[in-house]
Amino acid sequence: MSTTTLPPDGFTPAPKLADVLPPRKERSKLGMFAYRHPTIAVGGFMVSLFVLMAIFAPLLWTVDPTALAPARRTRPPSELYWFGTDMLGRDVYSRVVYGARISLIVGFGVAICAASIGLFIGLISGFIRAVDAVVMRIMDGMMSIPSILLAIAMMALTRASVENVIIAITIADVPRVSRLVRGVVLTLREQPYVEAAIAAGTRTPMIIIKHILPNTLAPVIVQATFLCASAMIAEATLSFIGAGTPPIIPSWGNIMAEGRALWQVKPYIVFFPAVFLSITVLSVNLLGDGLRDALDPRMAKRI
Amino acid sequence: MFAYTVRRVIATIPVMGIVALFVFSLLYIAPGDPAAIIAGDQATPEDVERIRASLGLDRPFIIRFTEWLWRVLQGDLGVSIFTNLPVSHMIKQRLEPTFSLMLLTLTFALSCAIPMGVLAAWKHGTWIDRLVMLFAVLGFSVPVFVVGYVLAYTFALQLDWFPVQGYTPISNGIGGWVSNLTLPAVALGSAFIALIARITRATMLEVLNQDYVRTAKAKGVGQRAILFVHALKNAAVPIITIVGIGFAGLIGGAVVTESVFAIPGVGRLVVDAILRRDYPVIQGVVLMFSFTYVIVNLIVDLLYTVFDPRIRY
Amino acid sequence: MSSSAPLLEVQNLQTHFGTVDGVVRAVEGVSFHINAGETLGVVGESGCGKSVTAMSILRLISTPPGKMAGKILFKGTNLLELSEPEMQAIRGKDISMIFQEPMTSLNPVLTVGRQIGETVMLHEGVSARDAEQRAVEMLTLVGIPAPGRRVREYPHQLSGGMRQRVMIAMALACSPQLLVADEPTTALDVTIQAQILELMRDLKTRVGAAIMLITHDLGVVAEMAQRVIVMYAGRKVEEGTAEEIFLNPLHPYTRGLMGSMPKLGSSLHETGRSKLTEIQGQVPSLRKPIIGCAFAGRCPNVTDVCRQMAPAIELKAPNHLVACHYAPRVAVAA
Repeated sequence: MSTTTLPPDGFTPAPKLADVLPPRKERSKLGMFAYRHPTIAVGGFMVSLFVLMAIFAPLLWTVDPTALAPARRTRPPSELYWFGTDMLGRDVYSRVVYGARISLIVGFGVAICAASIGLFIGLISGFIRAVDAVVMRIMDGMMSIPSILLAIAMMALTRASVENVIIAITIADVPRVSRLVRGVVLTLREQPYVEAAIAAGTRTPMIIIKHILPNTLAPVIVQATFLCASAMIAEATLSFIGAGTPPIIPSWGNIMAEGRALWQVKPYIVFFPAVFLSITVLSVNLLGDGLRDALDPRMAKRI
Repeated sequence: MFAYTVRRVIATIPVMGIVALFVFSLLYIAPGDPAAIIAGDQATPEDVERIRASLGLDRPFIIRFTEWLWRVLQGDLGVSIFTNLPVSHMIKQRLEPTFSLMLLTLTFALSCAIPMGVLAAWKHGTWIDRLVMLFAVLGFSVPVFVVGYVLAYTFALQLDWFPVQGYTPISNGIGGWVSNLTLPAVALGSAFIALIARITRATMLEVLNQDYVRTAKAKGVGQRAILFVHALKNAAVPIITIVGIGFAGLIGGAVVTESVFAIPGVGRLVVDAILRRDYPVIQGVVLMFSFTYVIVNLIVDLLYTVFDPRIRY
Repeated sequence: MSSSAPLLEVQNLQTHFGTVDGVVRAVEGVSFHINAGETLGVVGESGCGKSVTAMSILRLISTPPGKMAGKILFKGTNLLELSEPEMQAIRGKDISMIFQEPMTSLNPVLTVGRQIGETVMLHEGVSARDAEQRAVEMLTLVGIPAPGRRVREYPHQLSGGMRQRVMIAMALACSPQLLVADEPTTALDVTIQAQILELMRDLKTRVGAAIMLITHDLGVVAEMAQRVIVMYAGRKVEEGTAEEIFLNPLHPYTRGLMGSMPKLGSSLHETGRSKLTEIQGQVPSLRKPIIGCAFAGRCPNVTDVCRQMAPAIELKAPNHLVACHYAPRVAVAA
């Protein structure tokens, strides 16, 4: 009942209560961000590392990734050749570092293209019923074809190139994004503030841009991140089975495809690009997870 | 309930129609000249024309599509450019290995993934939860063929517990059949397990936050009953929905896994066809797998009624 | 007060939650008791900690983010010291709880009979067949027509009022001694509200249970409760019999609550007011420790003493506890 200072006469203070939980640790702003969103911090950091690696490839102690040297073929990893050499004598380390460029270009390319196209289609379908009926049927049909098979079929009909790989994977992924956006648009259309805007006489394009679009961005961004990851795997898979980027260009999938024949005796040719690919995809997935948790309004109330 | 079943079955017909239309149209929407690509770099103009005629690219779309569709409905998927054998025959020969692989993978994956997801949801926030989620993200991020190689290298090559590659038909004995398919099934299942474990955990977490779980706790129901009687049944619908959708990934992964482990299935057929630019085979396989996928999702739709009494009308 | 020990005695309960933004002190030092067979009303606005208090009694608070301190004595045993299995034996049997949202509080994939029967099977070890029979009896008791048919139906086939009756049936199936009712009628239509309250009163006499009735609706409290406690910002600010609280509210917050009730038949002529009176200001954030009286920011009579020193709960009138430094003086002035 007693406190350190005497209470004024006639007043009884409430009893002091102990803290039930230990006090919170003080953290810097950056530290607070990393504490609340560890996956974004780790994923974002790793992805940035790989992007930097891809951009500054020539400066990272690499040699020409396409330089042939049959005399030095299939050497195991050593001081000179950090990841060894492949069956044509090419330095595996350099190929892996340069390979990052292709994988990242395909990943980001697909993410941006599929997200934009899907967003556009989803917005229109969500608003115009006639378009919705036709387009969504087509999207359903497209989604019924496993994406890898769709990409394989398209690659079988076109010249192998990075652009065509991006196009093929994008086409396979667009239906999913457009369905997602359409769903969001349909829900948003029922919201009171949209109805209010319509009642106030706002024209449809204005409504889409001002009210609907901003609310679709969060899920689309999250989806785009995951698309990037799956596109990188898709490119590697396609290259691996011979339906991807042309063999001249070093991509992680290509390097692994070439190393296939020797994997039992020279596993390092498959191993190193596999590790790099996995870690990159993992980082992008972590980033996507983190973004989704951060942008999900329900998580904001999390206790 | 019967009406629901009939409606769902009928609803798949337009979807399959669109699928067929789309698969057929790929030939037409591909950039560039498909006939030239298929004929290859060394082809003469006559070769290209021959290919173009055999693909029917010189005739009007509608006519060609109707003819093709009619033949497909009768089971004729065209003829391979490379072997001149009927595509359906080639596929039929290789169905058993692929089907076995997918069945084994599905069983294995679901029996791992769902308990993992339930466990992670139950122990939400603890290290168990984080560990399970780490495994899930890893499974999601490492390509199926990489997992395949790692497994083959470690367990087949180094430890010699399993054969490195190949396939034993079930008629030759269950032991060999399982032994050959174990590593491929684990590899193929890795991404699928990751997907299902994640969705199970997410759905279970949502369900466990629902008011009716709070009511069950207030009645004194124990943790195990809450998880498996009250929660899991409610989580079933979203989970099996994702199982149905994830099946597509299983199909795609099978193609690669058969390559890594030299299993003579339909996936290998496609890979070989890619190298030879044998488009009719590719088209036939894509069609077959797509129809399978639609049927799988139809089964999922029908299974909903088992789990959720509200979806019966 | 009765001469025997109270059925439930809460002593200095604290329930805190650790969030990423800091510690939320949802319940901060609340003490009260409930005697066997009586109805205690717990009033306060949303966020004052009434529901958290109720959930703390049954230990339904998830303890990773939450943590409780203090004592909750049920028939002499401290519930906060029991193991989880021991607690499970008490929930649904000795202490039951019904919740606010009947639409979502029943499991959609299990039949009504199964959900009622579960309590009985769990606590009394009867067979499934007998449990279903008991479920039919309970459904009859709570006034649901055609109970034999209803027992096999699913919650989505019942209306909101019927679902709440099912909830009550589930809660009373094992004849508990204490029923905690968290806003049982708030989500229902007014006419259904009256029916449910009538049902609760009727069953209470039959089963002999004590009720802890949590609500923000003063009308419900007036109808059902013998004693009332008023909560604000996680603290108890006033306690007394229903008559005392309604006829002679002493705490400024309680007075504000009573004053803000629209009274049927009161006209401008009678009361001299043309608008509903409201309590100025907002509830203080529970994330920061509150210095001084929790109501200081909104009290019309606040002084420096109030801002620096939190008042203790004291007896200011017969059967009437108030946490306000100036309580008796305010009563005289009015």
